[in-house]
Amino acid sequence: MSTISSVSKVNEVLLKSALLADGSVVDIRISGEKISEIGTDLTSEGISLDCTGLRVLPGFVDLHTHLREPGKENAETVLSGSQAAVRGGYTALSAMANTHPVADSAGVVEQVWRLGKSAGLCDVYPIGAVSEGLEGKKLAEIGAMANSAARVRVFSDDGKCVDDPLLMRRALEYVKSFDGVIAQHAQEPRLTVNAQMNEGLVAAELGLAGWPAVAEEAIIARDILLAHAVKSRLHICHLSTKGSVEIIRWAKGQGMAVTAEVTPHHLLLTDESARSYDPIYKVNPPLRTQSDVQALREALADGTIDIVATDHAPHPHEDKDCEWASAAFGMVGLETAFAIVHSTMVATGLMDWKRLVEVMSSKPASIGGYDEQGQALALGSVANLAIIDPSREWVVNRDELSSKSKNTPFHGHTLTGAVIHTIYRGKLVVRDQQLTGVGNV
Amino acid sequence: MKHLLSIHDISADQALDILDTAAQLETLTAGAVKKLPTLRGRTVVNLFFEDSTRTRLSFESAAKRLSADVTNFTAKGSSVSKGESLKDTAQTLQAMGADAIVIRHPASGAANRLAESGWVGASIINAGDGTHEHPTQALLDAFTIRKHFGPSMRDFSTLNIAIVGDILHSRVARSNIALLQKLGARVTVIAPPTLIPVGIESWGAPFSYDFDEELDQFDVVMMLRVQLERMNESFFPNGREYSRGYGLDEARLARLKPGAIVMHPGPMNRGLEISAASADSIRSVVVEQVSNGVLVRMAVLYQLLGGPDLQGAGGAL
Repeated sequence: MSTISSVSKVNEVLLKSALLADGSVVDIRISGEKISEIGTDLTSEGISLDCTGLRVLPGFVDLHTHLREPGKENAETVLSGSQAAVRGGYTALSAMANTHPVADSAGVVEQVWRLGKSAGLCDVYPIGAVSEGLEGKKLAEIGAMANSAARVRVFSDDGKCVDDPLLMRRALEYVKSFDGVIAQHAQEPRLTVNAQMNEGLVAAELGLAGWPAVAEEAIIARDILLAHAVKSRLHICHLSTKGSVEIIRWAKGQGMAVTAEVTPHHLLLTDESARSYDPIYKVNPPLRTQSDVQALREALADGTIDIVATDHAPHPHEDKDCEWASAAFGMVGLETAFAIVHSTMVATGLMDWKRLVEVMSSKPASIGGYDEQGQALALGSVANLAIIDPSREWVVNRDELSSKSKNTPFHGHTLTGAVIHTIYRGKLVVRDQQLTGVGNV
Repeated sequence: MKHLLSIHDISADQALDILDTAAQLETLTAGAVKKLPTLRGRTVVNLFFEDSTRTRLSFESAAKRLSADVTNFTAKGSSVSKGESLKDTAQTLQAMGADAIVIRHPASGAANRLAESGWVGASIINAGDGTHEHPTQALLDAFTIRKHFGPSMRDFSTLNIAIVGDILHSRVARSNIALLQKLGARVTVIAPPTLIPVGIESWGAPFSYDFDEELDQFDVVMMLRVQLERMNESFFPNGREYSRGYGLDEARLARLKPGAIVMHPGPMNRGLEISAASADSIRSVVVEQVSNGVLVRMAVLYQLLGGPDLQGAGGAL
């Protein structure tokens, strides 16, 4: 076993009997930010964690997070979002651009980036807006954001669709100069005017305006062809329908450069939950049917869908404590994501631990161009780690979330698999499921 | 039964009980004294977030005839544009001692939220929520149908009923289809394809785009109000074309089978979904629907607020 001897042992963490994704059991020494030794029977003067029975995985990477800062700090801040992230095993998140002001300039993305640094709990990568003010009319200062200290590579108007095909084409072309990617919120706006939930049997009965699957699928089909025509990279946010899966599958079969994400809630919940009229289940895109859920799970397992992304969308209580039509869209997800993916995909035998690492860590890191995230657990790798107890059953309690907002639809659900410790750049930021206070806080 | 939110929440027997109660109330209030003391001291609040003078007056009359105290709260527009939330409004009314809240709201599910969110403890009666349901309308329609086809009918399976018009946006249609099917009737839905909801297959009602095909087979033809703004949303080209396809004009009226009745929840767009001649014909029971509305709403209030035995109440007169 080799070591990196030059690293000081002041900030050392030793993981004993760590079970890796491939099933091997090793001891892992972390010195400074990096993995300095992998072996057996290692000892340490520093922190030593007994990981017997625990899976040690690369820290999770979220490509789709709403942090609400600047502008709606009562719902979430970069700090509270970072705290939620690390308790969920995430060591990187991507802050969506729909803040107030919108992250459409170098100034705002640098602000978010610096707030992330100052929280110091995980890497916070700002996503830049595609269009000025998310208005879908004029390109935002994409180059300035790319060249800023935040080095933005992912651009999205998420919350809104870039529905103008010409603007979408230009954006796809423009980001090629620095290997950027456009993350599209696929929602044809005219087909979803005032839409409240999935168009179908349940919406018909409840009298809630329908959000048809074709409004998502039509945009995905268009944008895949556009991206292919201009030879650029397209990422589809929060895929929600069976038809979308089939379009992506076809495109990948043609060798087109498209990637896609699915949220944990779309892997578990259906539009049946809207029958309660409780807007905790109101989300965009909406919860679909059981056959969509099944198609999404299969697509995540077989690689048609590349990654899981949370679409963590915090909202203050009053924005959900009202009638359905008045309520905000969205649900928090950072702290429950792993357990849901584990419960729906791994515990069911649909995918193994290696695939879980791909969908939650290495692939989102590579789509975002986050070089120091999603690295394999190897000597010299940056020590971003999520340490998991796969058999731990727990009941979600919204009052115990670190997120400032409590809008989880999973309150009271029993989930299997829990994040026990999180290590960010060598620092133990979560220990025994609680924040350690380590970080720059 | 604590609330009346949706027809789906009640059984056929519960619905028939309400209709029977309404019939008893009709007998009891047929004389010179139209008022019963049964809900004396109880407070009913009419919480109306949409303009609907007719429905509000109907509930108000019903509550007053049962001697309840009535408070009307009318707020046009949504709770959001008003700046006060539904929750705050409801809690204010609760604090004023409401035993029952009758709510009309533009948001589907508003009544359910009020009943199930824990905001208030009063009985909730849905007087129309968005494009979801209007259960007392369905009950009064069933009561009206019963009066014409057999006042003590417990099984509607001999009846062939058409509901015609904007099914997609109609809370009246949703409640009526659910209730009339529950009671055994054969219900056919007739509308242009744009006004039939995606997902209607699960309702178990056959639907047709052709009003004329089975016109002479129906015992009841229920016309729905067409909102004029639907034209601007391209659900159909214009009023003339809608009337030609789906309006109950004189020619169609003449083809109805003997004994068939024409219903409309009101307010009617004369000349659009129903011609003046049809609206005023002897087949039309539109005015009767209005008076039956008061009786059925009395029955609902009576059952939810648990009044004393009706025979006893009658004896007290």
